[in-house]
Amino acid sequence: MITDAAPIVTARVGHDDSHTLEGYLATGGYEGLRRALELGRDQVRAEVDAASLLGRGGAGFPAGRKWSMLGRADVTYLVVNGDESEPATFKDHLLVERDPHQVIEGATIAAYALGVAQAFVFCRGEFALGLERLTAAVNEAYAHGALGRSIFGSDFSLDLVIHPGAGAYICGEETALLESLEGKRGFPRIKPPYFPAAIGLYGAPTVVNNVETVSNLPWIVRHGGAAFAALGTGSSTGTRLFALSGHVRRPGWYELEMSKVTFRDLIFDPSLGGGLAEGRSLKAFIPGGVSAPWFGPEQLDLGLDQEAVGKAGSMLGSGSVVVMDDSTCVLRAAWRITRFFHRESCGQCTPCREGGGWLEKILRRLEEGGGREEDLDLLMDACDNIAPGVSWPPQQTTICVLGPSIPSSIASAVRMFRDELLLHVKEGGCPLRGAR
Amino acid sequence: MSETAVGGAGASAEEAPTVSVTIDGVAVSARPGELVIEAAERAGVFVPRFCYHPRMDPVGVCRMCLVEISGPRGFSLQPSCYVRVADGQEVRTSSEKARKAQEGVLEFLLVNHPLDCPVCDKGGECPLQDQALTHGPGDTRFVEEKRHWAKPIEISPLVYLDRERCIQCSRCTRFADEVAGEALIDFAFRGDAIEVATFPSRPFSSYFSGNTVQICPVGALTAAPYRFASRPWDLEQVETTCTSCAVGCRIVAQSSAGKLVRYLGVDADPVNQSWLCDRGRYGFEANGEGRVSSPSRRKGEGHEAIRWPEALRQVAGALQAAAAAGEGRVGVLGGARLTNEDAYAWAKLARTVLRTDHVDAQLDDGLPAATVLGLPRATIDEAVHARLVVTLAGDLREELPVLYLRLRRALAHDGLAVLECSSVPQALSAEGATRVGYLPGEVARLVGALTGDAEPGEVPGADRSGVVTARRMLAAAAAGGATRGEGVVVVLGRPNLAEPAVGYAEAAALLHAALPGARFLPALRRGNVHGALEMGLAPGVLPGRVGLEEGRAWYESAWGNLPGATGRGARELLEAAAAGELDVLVLLGADPLADLPDPDLARRALEGVGSVVAVASHWDASSSAAQLVLPAAAADERSGSTTNLEGRVTRVAQKVVPPGTAWPAWTIAVALAAEMGDDLGFDNLETLSAEIERVAPSQRGIDLDVLGRPAHRDGLVAPIAAVGVRVGRRGPRLIDPIATPGIASVEEQGAPLVVGDAVALGGQPAGIAGAGPTGSRPPLLGPPASSVPATAPRLDAYSLRLVVGRTLYDRGTLVAASPSLAPLRPEATVRVHPSVLERLGVRDGEPVRVTGPGGAVELAASADEAVARDLAVATARLGTGERPGIESLVAGEGPIDVRLETI
Repeated sequence: MITDAAPIVTARVGHDDSHTLEGYLATGGYEGLRRALELGRDQVRAEVDAASLLGRGGAGFPAGRKWSMLGRADVTYLVVNGDESEPATFKDHLLVERDPHQVIEGATIAAYALGVAQAFVFCRGEFALGLERLTAAVNEAYAHGALGRSIFGSDFSLDLVIHPGAGAYICGEETALLESLEGKRGFPRIKPPYFPAAIGLYGAPTVVNNVETVSNLPWIVRHGGAAFAALGTGSSTGTRLFALSGHVRRPGWYELEMSKVTFRDLIFDPSLGGGLAEGRSLKAFIPGGVSAPWFGPEQLDLGLDQEAVGKAGSMLGSGSVVVMDDSTCVLRAAWRITRFFHRESCGQCTPCREGGGWLEKILRRLEEGGGREEDLDLLMDACDNIAPGVSWPPQQTTICVLGPSIPSSIASAVRMFRDELLLHVKEGGCPLRGAR
Repeated sequence: MSETAVGGAGASAEEAPTVSVTIDGVAVSARPGELVIEAAERAGVFVPRFCYHPRMDPVGVCRMCLVEISGPRGFSLQPSCYVRVADGQEVRTSSEKARKAQEGVLEFLLVNHPLDCPVCDKGGECPLQDQALTHGPGDTRFVEEKRHWAKPIEISPLVYLDRERCIQCSRCTRFADEVAGEALIDFAFRGDAIEVATFPSRPFSSYFSGNTVQICPVGALTAAPYRFASRPWDLEQVETTCTSCAVGCRIVAQSSAGKLVRYLGVDADPVNQSWLCDRGRYGFEANGEGRVSSPSRRKGEGHEAIRWPEALRQVAGALQAAAAAGEGRVGVLGGARLTNEDAYAWAKLARTVLRTDHVDAQLDDGLPAATVLGLPRATIDEAVHARLVVTLAGDLREELPVLYLRLRRALAHDGLAVLECSSVPQALSAEGATRVGYLPGEVARLVGALTGDAEPGEVPGADRSGVVTARRMLAAAAAGGATRGEGVVVVLGRPNLAEPAVGYAEAAALLHAALPGARFLPALRRGNVHGALEMGLAPGVLPGRVGLEEGRAWYESAWGNLPGATGRGARELLEAAAAGELDVLVLLGADPLADLPDPDLARRALEGVGSVVAVASHWDASSSAAQLVLPAAAADERSGSTTNLEGRVTRVAQKVVPPGTAWPAWTIAVALAAEMGDDLGFDNLETLSAEIERVAPSQRGIDLDVLGRPAHRDGLVAPIAAVGVRVGRRGPRLIDPIATPGIASVEEQGAPLVVGDAVALGGQPAGIAGAGPTGSRPPLLGPPASSVPATAPRLDAYSLRLVVGRTLYDRGTLVAASPSLAPLRPEATVRVHPSVLERLGVRDGEPVRVTGPGGAVELAASADEAVARDLAVATARLGTGERPGIESLVAGEGPIDVRLETI
């Protein structure tokens, strides 16, 4: 049932020394970069185009197209986004910690293809071990000639700087990340005009790629874009790293060929999630991170496919799948997610700053017994004032997409579990409290 | 440079609108690059807003101005303060979707807002309150507990922060960073816990802090002097001009129950663009403190009140006796606090009745009047759009704060090139201006090196590469125009009281000779010093920028006989007084005992003169020493006009009544003339103003009637005939209706400047009292000829050359009388290079003795790397009776060399 595609980004993570240069070189490390330097810039770009590699950060924008939009300027930058901070998302964490050289090699290939001489890895500050290993790996890469002047004797030079984030989720948003990298508050910029490809870091054209996205590059260069595109179907090519959490027997990360595997496989297959606990049934699951609308059991047979999930009204997003069984209070789940977004709002624009806090207070009041029937409509209307229409893909009254991420869980809970929410009102609190 | 000169009648040219957009179904012509909110507003459609401010870059954060804007993918909600107009664009500001978004944002804004309107100073003039009514949902659905914080927080002695009321629009933080260049406040924390905060142990001490209060759209920032002072509906207001310094910012003065309570900046495009400095903003407090309220006669150690008829009789008696004794037996000192009309009346009284040309509005702390009046004059707009601005003045941030603000913004934001020539680094070079130094006394030598044809020689105090860079900058900018120097603006002032003024006159003459196209912005600081000079309160100068000899025939036909000889300037005048050569010294609001750079000379003069008559609004050191004191009305207590450093004449208006029996100074002149059996030819402000227009050549076309028209609220730059009316870049002509609440006049400010019929030049309006002048109008003063600069004495190896600068909050009368400003005075220090203190074995902050030709003072030493090793830098007017300030060392003209010793 599960495809036999070989892992691409997690091929080494089972080895204890996967993070060392020695271990990396012994497993084909930096072959991709050497190959890229032989192929030349244009050919590398052609391979990435052929691979039709989608960005792995959440928005799923084709990496090749993103590269082609980079503005021409004397100075351009590449920034690798490793600020993964969302609850239930832990794929970049793995890659940074277990295979830092792969991140560096991927970044270097990207920089080479883009003609960039300065790259940054903005890495979540809480990845203590990851940062330690990434920093050591950068030093090793410089010593090895894979970074710095004349990489592997070519005329290509690249400096790579590791920048630890200071603990704000919003800095994972690419323009907030650039502000933070510039030493300012992590306030997202308004697009347009601040598309990073046009006006990015220090005002220069900048490509921002996710850690997982660049981690795919060494493989693509070594094996060719066509081999990558042969995996998966349609626009969802290659493999993807999924972070499975919640009420499953085997939570964790799984690198799976895209589209070929369904959510049912991921959650229930004994080699993957392994199903729910004895006697439990599936209530709902989040297909792509806590900012995505929820799915119910009826969507279990959807493939892990960007397009299909999008059509069904949610997103594959960051590849984090959260499973909720029938013991879950959906109101409490929505409240906890809303609390996260409320606390992580940058505070810059009104609907998200104030709306997040207000929604959280209403949800908590419902959960704790002070709910009113009209609160359900109020929740939906306040959501509508952040994301008009409360539809998918969302519209927004805010600068960045953190705002319209808030309504996802709330609207899912209200729409899918209206009766359960009304039960909270009627019973003066959570009806499941005793059951747990 | 989008500069338009308008001669005779006609409207100013605006850039032709070329983009057509549809706003709420109506086709609108917009300027390319204009923001949608601005285009909508010009079309009469008000979009609600909080973070948008027309004088700052848009940020689009409050989201209140969301409207539907058409784009390639149909309509979407976009912030109209951020999106710029595009041809064919369609905008819906009040569609169902737009209204829902606006109401939604407003409801969100009120979620954590305390709604304490009844006890909030902003209540009644609050954009949040107003827009909650016009664009809000009308009812609340919020039943949760609001966010609570300790409040208010004193973030500076002048500003209080109420974090609960704050709606995080970032207007204040952006002002501090973007406009003032002092990012002393910023956001801390995030989400709905975000708050405006100062940095640890650094208060919001900015000369411009009051602007944040004015632009705060809620009651989050309040000004200490205005807290709970009035309710907006109890305020009365007039639009007028601030005369705290010579920039001439347009303001509204507001009173409640007959008492001044607040100044607000008005968006006068060519001048202050809505900003004010705190000294100007809160200086009105001085009106209420330490006033002379009745005519007074010296009695023993104090004064006794007398009645006006008695006072006039006594003063007139003294003056009459002096005038009878011969020409030049009376000296008239001061005038910078007067209106133009006051100054004209006193200039006429002095020349025709008192028979003296010993008049001087400056206290030996400025520049020769002929230099100021004779050089081609620039406007502030010309300066900020110049190819190069050269500053040869005191620190503008300390002396002319809003001029500094305009130049800083142009420098930091718009790429204006600025060359700062200064002995001690000033604020503009800290903001990125190129700087070249010089040793006090060597300024003309520096300018010679910058402009001369020959390879520059060594300039003391300047490093060679600095001179070469500055020379190159100046040469490049000077070559850009049709006339050499066109597009170069020189800000010329008097940076150092311990250095002769003549050096700056020589430097200016050299610059003019080398760059005939360059224009000058004279950086004299005192309130209406420019009006006083313009009105002839300077020796050898008659009203309207005319020399005594050149104007003799014209003025004798208008006024009658004039004194035969050119009079003395302040210093010589006081020396004559000290020598017993004067019978009466009239002080027109001047306080030479505290203000003259050489206070000992002032003391000797006041002792040596027959009698001292003070026309004074306040009891200061000199009025307290006068035999006779006549109470004068102060700012906001009388009407008239004032002239700023550009030569711009604007109206000042009366808002409150003067205390006691104080009179406007011009009526005192009229009454004294009458008491002496003479007639000045005017007995009301209108005829006085008309006479100025008719007689004073630089004032042709400018009188109170013309200035009172809405289109001329920003004033007229004199002389109209010589330069036309210079209309600056008519920037965004949009005045934020929520920025300056309640000022009806500000919307009219956008009216194009029209030079109407009253400015039909050369005409002689009929029916005005007084003799009409005959003959041809005298020419205006021309630029002074350049001479070979004098050389300064060499500095010996044991001495430091003294720099005496100024600071915004000093012991001047008005600051001292303002309860909010007086405590902000800095400590008096002497700043030297750290190596000087090391050599002495003195630590930073410890007292040292500074010895100079005029004596010795003790000051706290302050180590400052920015000060050259051969300089000692101190600030004038910070001393007290017990602890004399640095000016007690100033004797003679300087330069002055001092020695530092341990105590």
